[in-house]
Amino acid sequence: MSAETPNTPGTTTNEAGNPAVDGSELIKFDNVTKRFGSNVVLDNLCFDVASGKHVTLIGPSGSGKTTILRLLMTLVKPDEGTIKVAGDYLTHEDRGGKLVPASERYSREVRKNIGMVFQQFNLFPNMKVLRNITEAPVHVLGLQKDEAEQRARELLELVGLTEHIDKYPSQLSGGQQQRVAIARALAMRPQVLLLDEVTSALDPELVAGVLDVLRDIAHTTDITMLCVTHEMNFARDISDDVLMFDAGRVIESGAPEKIFSDPEHERTREFLSAVL
Amino acid sequence: MTWDWSAVGDFMPRFWDGVLVTLQALVLGSLIAFALGLVWALAQRSTLRVVRWPVTAVTEFIRNTPLLVQLFFLYFVLPEWNITFSALTTGIVGLGLHYSTYTAEVYRAGIDGVPEGQWEACTALSLPRTRVWGAVILPQAIRRVVPALGNYVIAMLKDSPMIATIGALELLGQARQFSAVTFQPTEPITVIGVAFILIAYPASLLMRALERRLVR
Repeated sequence: MSAETPNTPGTTTNEAGNPAVDGSELIKFDNVTKRFGSNVVLDNLCFDVASGKHVTLIGPSGSGKTTILRLLMTLVKPDEGTIKVAGDYLTHEDRGGKLVPASERYSREVRKNIGMVFQQFNLFPNMKVLRNITEAPVHVLGLQKDEAEQRARELLELVGLTEHIDKYPSQLSGGQQQRVAIARALAMRPQVLLLDEVTSALDPELVAGVLDVLRDIAHTTDITMLCVTHEMNFARDISDDVLMFDAGRVIESGAPEKIFSDPEHERTREFLSAVL
Repeated sequence: MTWDWSAVGDFMPRFWDGVLVTLQALVLGSLIAFALGLVWALAQRSTLRVVRWPVTAVTEFIRNTPLLVQLFFLYFVLPEWNITFSALTTGIVGLGLHYSTYTAEVYRAGIDGVPEGQWEACTALSLPRTRVWGAVILPQAIRRVVPALGNYVIAMLKDSPMIATIGALELLGQARQFSAVTFQPTEPITVIGVAFILIAYPASLLMRALERRLVR
């Protein structure tokens, strides 16, 4: 996969949840099981996400949503099953028809297609905003410094933080830090953006600013999004599909209108009435 | 006992020679301790057992044997294998090696103190190992351990007279030689005692200032 994937903010898709990309399976979970000790977090999970789709994972805490994002980012490894991203195995390598655990180097290549925004931002506190964003494009994609800085400036404009370019993360509010983190992830031009409860650590008055930026990105780019959130209105706004998790399984999935207004499963109804 | 200012005056040329040697031992010894300690700390986090295990064994051994014995070993035993250094070089290497096993622990604590999220962000950005360590983890780790490293510099200053025992003429060595010739131990020993305070106390003030600046 080329590092220069055409997911530039600014390329348009229509807003009816029908992205102007080929719609092929970009992410595929095949019988993935993940246990922590004796606790089965994901149980033979199968699902796939088409390119350009925005998928929201909802469900009670401990139901395995975040684990899915962490598996995709190779922060945890599956105990069983395989994950494919853009046709390539993520945690396995195909060596002469045999699947073997992937080398760090191989995983890193596949992972370049994936960006992640964390609940706790995880900006590098020793770098100014600009370098937080340019570090990976320069040292991973091999961009020239001025090219990377140009890209960073455009992204900072997108997230509305142009004037904070020379500040350290500790000088910014949580909401501003999270928007820098979004710019940092986008600077790699990933095909997939993973959003892990990105507003959960924010003061209530800062949530809207971050969600607005994400709505903007969802509506103006063809980036594929996997989103774990408790912000149901946001989920309804941006999602093409909603997956309802319980105890490591997808118990219900469908368009947001369907899931939020007319859920079929009793557990989904209970969950939604508790959070809405 | 009388205090003889003229003896102080007579001691001064030797005193300045001694200051120079003490500071040399301190600065070079610290540099060795800082650099080597980092090597130990990184080696102990290696995924390879053949690296981790010997390094742990060697550093534990050095940390748990007396500096004086190590200095004697380096100066009197190594020449048996035709490895010979001057007294000062041996002293510097001995101090640096000994203290590197302490700074290694300091670095280790600093590295362990970097939040897990920083590693995860590095993974999410696919940063290569050299950048993960060089640009993200170590700058944060070292920043928070500068005060602890500074304390070991001061401890090393106070251990530096040990190298006099192998004949490196730092402050104590000069004072003893002077008193052996003049039979006046009071003045030179007192002078170097004061000199140690004059070096150590501002140094610890500097460390405290650094600590306020760096650790937030």
